[in-house]
Amino acid sequence: MIVIGERINGMFSDVKNAIKTEDKEVIQKLAIKQVKAGADVLDVNVGPASAKPEVTMPWLVETIQEVTDTQLALDSPKLDVIKSGLEVVKTPPIINSTQADPQKMQTYFDLVNETGASIIALTVDKQGVPQDIDRRMELASTIVMSAMEMGISFDRLFIDPIILPVNVAQPQAGFLLKALAQFQYLADPPPHFVVGLSNVSQGTMEKKLINRTFLVMCMAMGLDAAIMDPFDKELMDAMITAEVLMNKQIYSDSFLTAYISK
Amino acid sequence: MPVEKVTEKWKSSVNVVTIGNGNSAIKVGGETTLPFLYDEGKMPHRPVIALEVYDMVPEGWSDTLCDALQDVINDPVAWAKKAQDEWGADLICLRLLKPSVVDTPPKESAQLAKAVKDAVNIPMILWSMAEDEINNKLYSVCSQALAGERCLIGTTKQDNYKILAATCIADGHSVIAESPLDINICKQVNILLSDMGLPSDRIVIYPNNGVLGYGFEYAYSIMERTRIATLGGDRMMAMPIIAVVGSECQRAKEVKATSKEFPQWGPEIERSIAWEAATAVGYLQAGADILTMCHPEAIKLVKNYIDEMMPNI
Repeated sequence: MIVIGERINGMFSDVKNAIKTEDKEVIQKLAIKQVKAGADVLDVNVGPASAKPEVTMPWLVETIQEVTDTQLALDSPKLDVIKSGLEVVKTPPIINSTQADPQKMQTYFDLVNETGASIIALTVDKQGVPQDIDRRMELASTIVMSAMEMGISFDRLFIDPIILPVNVAQPQAGFLLKALAQFQYLADPPPHFVVGLSNVSQGTMEKKLINRTFLVMCMAMGLDAAIMDPFDKELMDAMITAEVLMNKQIYSDSFLTAYISK
Repeated sequence: MPVEKVTEKWKSSVNVVTIGNGNSAIKVGGETTLPFLYDEGKMPHRPVIALEVYDMVPEGWSDTLCDALQDVINDPVAWAKKAQDEWGADLICLRLLKPSVVDTPPKESAQLAKAVKDAVNIPMILWSMAEDEINNKLYSVCSQALAGERCLIGTTKQDNYKILAATCIADGHSVIAESPLDINICKQVNILLSDMGLPSDRIVIYPNNGVLGYGFEYAYSIMERTRIATLGGDRMMAMPIIAVVGSECQRAKEVKATSKEFPQWGPEIERSIAWEAATAVGYLQAGADILTMCHPEAIKLVKNYIDEMMPNI
C-alpha cells in the first residue's frame, strides 16, 4: 500500500499558520513525523492558506526537502502551482492531479513525460463527478488509453475514482467499490488506484471509523494507494492488517511493528 | 509475431552483510533481482561458500567424505587451513559438536575458535550445534574470544535470541537467525533481533533446509518467497540467506549407501559429490547467499557454476 500523507495541507490550521508566518519548523516536523508514522509519499497542498500559491508551493517543497528525501505529491488544481513546485522538487514527484478531459490529459501527461513524475488522474471531466459505476469505468478507460498513447508507464499512473462524503451521497461509496473491482481489468499489470480517503467522512461524526472501514473495503477491491492521515494509528493498523490478510505482507506475530520499520 | 520480453521491476534490495575485516572481508547480499536475472536487476556480490569444519568428526559421515578430507579430519585448525589454501573456501564455518556430545567447557571451544581464526585469513562463521542452555553459556565466551573479527555466529531462534544477540552487538559480530522452515517465524526472529538493537545488516537468515530428495523444494520455496518479499520492499525479510548443504547431504541415503548395496546407483564417490553440488546449485537459484559445504570436489563444481553464472564479477 502506498500511503500518501495528507497533513501538509493549508486546510489544517497549523499548516495555514505556518505558511502565514513562514515557520519552517512546523512543516518540517509534520514531514518527519508522517514519514516515521509510515507515509511513503507526502502530499503538499497550499490550500486556501496563501494568496500566492505559486510562491508558497515551492517554499513548502524546499522546506520539506531540507529534512527528508521522501517523494512528494504536488497537490493543486492549478497547473501553474504544480509547475512552480516542479521547478524546485528534487525527486520526481506525483502530480496531483489531472482530470479526464483529453486536453487536460495532453497537457499534464506531457509534463509527466518531461519531468519523470507520476500522476494522479481523476475520473472527472467537464460533466463533473460521475454518479454511477459505468461512467467511472468509462472515464478510467479514457485515462488508461491516453496514458498508453502518450507512453506513460502504468507504474507512474494513479487513477482516483473520486469519493464523495457519505453523508452527502450515500450510494457513491458502494459504486466506487464496484468500479474499483472492474478497474482491475483495465490493463495487466494495472495502474495504481488511489482515493483521497478523508473525503468519505467529511462532515460526519465518526470520521476515523468511517475512514478505516472504507479503506479496508477499498483495499479488498484493489486499491493500492491512499491520500490519508498516517497519524491515525487505528487507520494505519487496519490498513496493515488488511495487507496481511490479503497476503501482501508476510505474517509474523509482530506484523504491525514490522510494517512501520519496513 | 515478436514476443515481448517480460521483466519484473523490483523496488528494493537485499541487505549487504560484511563478514570479516579489512582486505579479507566478504560482502554478501545486495541483490536487486531474483538470482541471476541480470535484465531485472543486479547481483553486486557473489554467493560464497563456507567449508564446514568440525571440532570432532560427526557421526555417520560417509567413507567417501572422510577419505576426501584425509588427514585433517581430526585437526580442525589444519582442516581450516587446507580449506583456505587448497580447496578454495571463501569462509570457514566452524561447527561445534563437542559441547553437546562430550560436554567440553565453553573455554575450550573458544580457544579452538580463536586458533582456527588465527590460522586463516578468510572470515569465519561459528555455529554451535548444542541445545539452548549450553549455547547460552558458550556464545558469550566464544564471541569474546573472537571480538572484533566480525564473525557470523549462530544460531538464534524465536525463543532463544537475547543472549547471542546482546553478545554479538557488544563484540561486533553478525547473527544467524534460524527458523524451523516457517516463513512467518523467519520474519518474527528478524523483528525480535532488530528490536534488540541489532542492525539489520548484521543478520543472516537460516530458514533451515533439507537436501535434494529430502524436502529440498520446501526450503527452496521459502527462500524464493523470502526474496520476493525482500524485493517487494519488506525490510524485515531483506537479510541474506545461508543454506547448510554439506553436512545435510551426509544424511541422505543416496550419499551414504555403498555401491555394493545399490549397484545400479553407480559409484558412491560420484553420488556424494553430485548430491552436494546439485543441492548447492538449487539453493543458489532459490536465492541463497552463503552455502556451507563439505566435499572439496563439490565446492570446485559449485564455484565453476558461480563463475559461469556471474561472468562479470
